[in-house]
Amino acid sequence: MPSLAEIKKSLLTSIWFMFLTFPVMVIRVNTIYKTVEWRWWSLFYVGIGSFFLSFLWRYLIRRKETGQKKVQSGRAPDKSLLRSALDRPGIFIPALIVLAAVAVIFPFLFSMYQTNIMINALIYVVVGLGLNIVVGLAGLLDLGYVAFYAVGAYSYALLNYHFGIGFWAALPIGAGLGFLFGILLGFPVLRLRGDYLAIVTLGFGEIIRLILENWNEFSFGPSGIANIPRPGFFGIDFSLQQATTYIYFLMIGLVIFTIFVVNRLQNSRIGRAWIALREDEIACQAMGIDKTKTKLTAFALGATWAGMGGVVFAAKTTFINPASFTIWESIIILCIVVLGGMGSIVGIVTGALTLILLPEYLRAFSQYRMLIFGIILVAMMVFRPGGIVSTVRRTYQFEALGSKNDKR
Amino acid sequence: MDYFLELFLGGLTRGSIYALIALGYTMVYGIIQLINFAHGEIYMIGAFTALIVAGVLTLLGWNQVAILVIASLAAVIYSCAYGFTVEKLAYKPLRQAPRLSALISAIGMSLFLQNYVLLAQTSDFLPFPSLIPEFKFIAPYAHIIRSSEIVILVTTAVVMILLTLLIKFTRIGKAMRATAQDRDMAMLVGVDVNRVISVTFIVGSATAAIGGVLIASHIGQINFYIGFIAGIKAFVAAVLGGIGSIPGAVLGSLVLGWTESFFTGYVSSDYEDVFAFLFLVFILIFRPAGILGRSETEKV
Repeated sequence: MPSLAEIKKSLLTSIWFMFLTFPVMVIRVNTIYKTVEWRWWSLFYVGIGSFFLSFLWRYLIRRKETGQKKVQSGRAPDKSLLRSALDRPGIFIPALIVLAAVAVIFPFLFSMYQTNIMINALIYVVVGLGLNIVVGLAGLLDLGYVAFYAVGAYSYALLNYHFGIGFWAALPIGAGLGFLFGILLGFPVLRLRGDYLAIVTLGFGEIIRLILENWNEFSFGPSGIANIPRPGFFGIDFSLQQATTYIYFLMIGLVIFTIFVVNRLQNSRIGRAWIALREDEIACQAMGIDKTKTKLTAFALGATWAGMGGVVFAAKTTFINPASFTIWESIIILCIVVLGGMGSIVGIVTGALTLILLPEYLRAFSQYRMLIFGIILVAMMVFRPGGIVSTVRRTYQFEALGSKNDKR
Repeated sequence: MDYFLELFLGGLTRGSIYALIALGYTMVYGIIQLINFAHGEIYMIGAFTALIVAGVLTLLGWNQVAILVIASLAAVIYSCAYGFTVEKLAYKPLRQAPRLSALISAIGMSLFLQNYVLLAQTSDFLPFPSLIPEFKFIAPYAHIIRSSEIVILVTTAVVMILLTLLIKFTRIGKAMRATAQDRDMAMLVGVDVNRVISVTFIVGSATAAIGGVLIASHIGQINFYIGFIAGIKAFVAAVLGGIGSIPGAVLGSLVLGWTESFFTGYVSSDYEDVFAFLFLVFILIFRPAGILGRSETEKV
């Protein structure tokens, strides 16, 4: 039973929100017909809604704070339920098998529309894992990542248009061009840190998009390029349905390949150098790590995956134009990385699937979906700032007698 | 020469508007090191509030000066209220969290506010009433400068001076500077940091709202998306000048305004933004911390 003070607090909150939303929610002026529409009922909804939501909000904040205290005093492990489940092979391996089985039968169970959405989500998994190298591992905030995605997509589209190069030849070319552009961006930003880096990468993304939009002779401007062929398979003609299924399995393969490579990279010499760079630049240099080389490889390898994702994207939609590569796209990919849990592969896969599938299935609420999406982003960050699956640092734990130190 | 002067003044006006928005960015950044993505949305809400209030008052038949004053006041009050609430809801619980989490929260807030206005009002461009009266004495120079431009320049100058006075000479200004330098230390010497942060958001939102009303009546139309574009530009300006530095934000905005204006006027309007961004990259290569930003030497 909430106390009187609580009710008073909520009442004040609800009055505050009623005041706040008054002009935008209640009044609508029609300047053409010179009429004013007063929508008093929406004020009533806001009042009631914020009154009850404020209880929930305070309860959740309190719960989060007590949770943090427990972790700090060492009474509770700093792990989520999902995380500890993943660490146990008895759960992890069967879960993986079930997941693989679902992935294989998915296109036969669901309609082509669903498969298409899933392909989209898988592209974001690949691209998200690529950005994870730059942001999650090397700690370089990149807000223009979509530029490399555009480079990949346009390289396939243009090479096909001018020279008739097929998908399988374009895939490595797209990846290679992404790599090159990554280095191209990497050089000027080597000296920059933090938010200066963010804004330059943002600028780079916009430059690429604006060039694609305005240089009509090169990229066909805002009208884009249509009729990009779908990937072929030894010259067999596919129906639309079969082609979709084929791209789906191709994406599954690419995702597995990406996860494999990123996982290997993470624990390699260069991966550890990235993490060291993220944690402390000066200490990292003092340990003899070449800062220039480390940063450039992070940008270049991150961009490679975006280039590949772009080629698949162009092949899947068969039509691209610069409107697909706006800054919002970069932001969505960044949200995938942060929301999923930076540096964690499982987290990013979950994050990509959630963030791409959620708006699709929220289509039932059509016009409200972006509103809800915004609320979810804020709420997720407020209540779980580490992301869905936060990474666990490798720590050495010493047993009481010091006889055994196990690594986890 | 007239053409040059026109472009110069056009750039100056554009820069002043950027400056009004960039100030909010740079002040917030200086104090909590957060890129406040929702700042552009606060500016948009300011413009919308002014539009709504002005619309109602026009239908009631009030005179123009009264409408201008009341609409601007309403815009400032509401923007401050929104800025304050956004900080309490989306940023305050994240004080101890990693910085990127706060950034995502800001992006979420920006999306929310855009769609909130889109759903509650409209997605179309709305005509904004020209609140600023036409001055008689300007008529001979009408081909060079419009009266709304004069109002923008004067208002911006006044706001800048007031802001400088606030930060330099008042108690809260001193507290702001202390918090920007070292938040923990400021807390230890008895500064109420939460209050300082709230005040910073309120002041930043107020300048953004003034910018919103001015630019909306200068351009003559608004929609729910204006905040995002303006926000990105203002952020670029703030970084160009050296983020966290208030004179830097003003200088960066003016430089950006002139760059865009002259490039559009003399070269081509298609690549205006490309050039602005290239210019930014070029400056940051030679001055990695912005024009007026001090590059901090890191202590080990």
